[in-house]
Amino acid sequence: MTRVRLIAAAALAAIVAQPARAQLGSYNPPPGPQKTFAIINARIVPVSGPEIAKGTVVISGGRIQAVGASVAVPTGAEVIDATGLHVYPGMMDAGTSIGLSEISQGANATVDISEVGSFNPNAMAYYGLNPHSAHIGVTRVVGITHVVTRPTGGILSGQAALVNLAGSTAPQMAINRNLALVIELPRSGFGGRGFGGFFAAQQGPANTQEVNRTRERQLDSLRTMLRDAEAYGKALDAYAKDKSLPRPRQDVVLASLVAAVRGQVPVLMVADRASDIKEAVGFAEENKLRPIIVGGRDAWQVASFLKDHDAPVLVTSVLDLPTREDDPYDVNYGAPAKLAQAGVRFAITSGDAGAEARNLPYIAGMAAAFGLSREDALKSVTLWPAQIFGVGDKLGTIEVGKVANLVVTTGDILEAKTDTKFLFIDGRLVPLESKHTDLNNKFKDRP
Amino acid sequence: MNRIFSLATVVTLAAGSLGAQAQPVAAGAGATLIKNATVLTVTKGTLKNADVLIQNGKIAQVGANIAAPAGATVIDATGKYLMPGIIDPHTHMMSDAINEGSLSVTSMVRIQDILNPTAVNIYRALAGGVTSINILHGSANTIGGQNATVKLKWGESVATMMFPGAPPGIKFALGENVTRKNQNQIIVVGQPTPPRRYPISRMGQEQVLQDAFTRARDYKATLDDYKARVAKGEKNLVAPRRDLELEPLVEVMEGKRLVHAHGYRSDEMLMLLNVAEEFGFKIQTLQHGLEGYKIASEIAKHGAGLSSFADSWSYKIEAYDAIPYNVAILMRRGVNTTINSDSDERVRRLNIDAAKLVRYGGLTEDEALATITINGAQQLGVADKVGSIEVGKDADLGLWNNHPLSVYAAVDKTFIEGKVFFDRQQDLVMRDQKAKERAELEKAEASASTRRGVQPVLPQEER
Repeated sequence: MTRVRLIAAAALAAIVAQPARAQLGSYNPPPGPQKTFAIINARIVPVSGPEIAKGTVVISGGRIQAVGASVAVPTGAEVIDATGLHVYPGMMDAGTSIGLSEISQGANATVDISEVGSFNPNAMAYYGLNPHSAHIGVTRVVGITHVVTRPTGGILSGQAALVNLAGSTAPQMAINRNLALVIELPRSGFGGRGFGGFFAAQQGPANTQEVNRTRERQLDSLRTMLRDAEAYGKALDAYAKDKSLPRPRQDVVLASLVAAVRGQVPVLMVADRASDIKEAVGFAEENKLRPIIVGGRDAWQVASFLKDHDAPVLVTSVLDLPTREDDPYDVNYGAPAKLAQAGVRFAITSGDAGAEARNLPYIAGMAAAFGLSREDALKSVTLWPAQIFGVGDKLGTIEVGKVANLVVTTGDILEAKTDTKFLFIDGRLVPLESKHTDLNNKFKDRP
Repeated sequence: MNRIFSLATVVTLAAGSLGAQAQPVAAGAGATLIKNATVLTVTKGTLKNADVLIQNGKIAQVGANIAAPAGATVIDATGKYLMPGIIDPHTHMMSDAINEGSLSVTSMVRIQDILNPTAVNIYRALAGGVTSINILHGSANTIGGQNATVKLKWGESVATMMFPGAPPGIKFALGENVTRKNQNQIIVVGQPTPPRRYPISRMGQEQVLQDAFTRARDYKATLDDYKARVAKGEKNLVAPRRDLELEPLVEVMEGKRLVHAHGYRSDEMLMLLNVAEEFGFKIQTLQHGLEGYKIASEIAKHGAGLSSFADSWSYKIEAYDAIPYNVAILMRRGVNTTINSDSDERVRRLNIDAAKLVRYGGLTEDEALATITINGAQQLGVADKVGSIEVGKDADLGLWNNHPLSVYAAVDKTFIEGKVFFDRQQDLVMRDQKAKERAELEKAEASASTRRGVQPVLPQEER
């Protein structure tokens, strides 16, 4: 059903009355209602405290109502006997663009990840998010229940959203549609990935100067825009208090920046190299922004700086090949352990646009194979990303009052062999079908 | 080749060498005894608290309480796991070039001519327990070049790295990479856009195959005729001119050269199987074959193997119907199936990719391990030498600190023919020495830190 035939399929769907298969990636079955559930006889890993060898978790109204070894099952609750199974808080992938790009190569029409131009603070992932992306279904069944999805490209890429991976519409999925601003600060110097850096550098010193000048101009434009947004916010406030003042001319671009320049929402700053990371934090502080570093490949090299400035890091590079030929082979595998040791706040993320986000638990596992404790590896994909985004009181652990994003597994949630038996998002039971189980079922017994 | 170096000698060598990574260590006077490991033989089950004796580069004994021969190096592997060296049936590692993209048929070019035996990614793969790889051309041509099966004897010459006795092979390719439908989107300012080249459709691909093998069949007839006349004693014959394009294709038709064919969609793979059957040869492996599960019966009937990704998908149109159950579906139909990396990054963690197959499709642990060991050995025609822990096979082994299907596992030591090519403890010692050496050198050359180098860009992989 893929490829250009999709177009024909979409047209046919109306006739054959199969709307669930009418669109590219409409394979995610909707979650059930927010009922009262009691998961009993389970090994519970609350993350917030010690494991409970055999206990019960009660969910109702989308929240965790009770958790413990001797919790009564409410009357009328749907009981799930989890004998031999394990309950974990749902994982959070804080470094994706899930739902914004279905097929990156050869199907441009499915890519809504970037806007035209360099300054798009008002481009919201929330409006690019396709709730029916097949990536969502295959990601959640490994126990990733909520993600940060962000636009990319340019300098001001747009606004990231925090979304649950269940729901038929963006409003049903969104936890916070204006979670954070995304800035991809132009890099200093050369030597990075991609054609631009390489070909530009080949053209010699004259070009180096030109690149640096361009970068300075871009940074100046960014500073100006941020100051304008601050002034715009003040003007709006003043007008709200005193309607006799001239009404400020409405500006959707500046309006989208006000929360960030006031420090009300954090700013995701994409940076991998040590110098770029320091520069990003410096730029943020200079402009009174609250930075969260995304990428953070070399963050361990500037760990004390990051700790001093209390700048958290979303690590996307655990599985990246070492950049330099003489780097230790495990330099990136071992980076999270170094950050933990140095007391830097961080989360491990897939760093993937969407299709491979489901590798998140194994990426955290790799960090644990190279020095990070298993407990911290689990926190780095549950509680810590939630705390970095200020939602640690709502997500990331199994505690009373928190959003009921839970996974019932056959084993250690970070192990690749482990399977998911039950999945709850927002207190709703989510079917474990996906595009992949669908095709498996269609073809596994084909003669 | 195995000589004893004392630890002091090794450290001296290490301190004197310029590369940052650990140099291979020659260990044991022809004998190494690995004691008290959990031995994952893959073909003969799992042995707890077992010993493996390595002599002359081969696995000499497997069992309990093996006595160490005099002079043997003894490794206490208590709590550790020993598995066969991982085999990656699809990589472009070490390659200074990947595609000869000018023609549709480039059967004359050879990977072994452009290999870099010092590529650091060899060492990184060794650190992931990998010992043998199949280096293929890219997927630019319907009929690509001749592949190279290589043992990762990092630091040795290409000649000694070539897998002895491995049957020769050739890369074919189908689908989007051949038709170059995606290249229109990648426009680099200042770089020439690739010229259009036949074929630009799957129709053309079938005809490229038909044409090439029709010509190869004629060439073979000419050769056979010549040989027959020579055999009859005819004199003054002029030998047919050697055709470097068709010669490998004749070898394919004679079953002397293995075809490893890149393809994604089930229809294009089925087309290839049919063309092969028409010309009387077999496809050894379908590479990627992400829609293989849609034609599992046809693949099984033809007798082709398939080398898949564990779960990569959706990166292009022809990968949109890829499912992680592919391997399980094919394996249940009796198709020899493997996992490959196609990537210098992913090759380092094929064990985790294999573990995913336990989840998706319910492979047993031995079946999952087979997809990165013995099955690959069979696909490359070297199963008599590697791929399992059996007496008489090459001592190509990985010693892991945890079960290799666990995400928490890391490699302690990697052996090829009994020689240690990766040793984590040694690596840790040497990286400290290198860091010191580097600091001293940078101090001595004050200007060094102000220089800005440019990373060389390696050819892009096409998967």
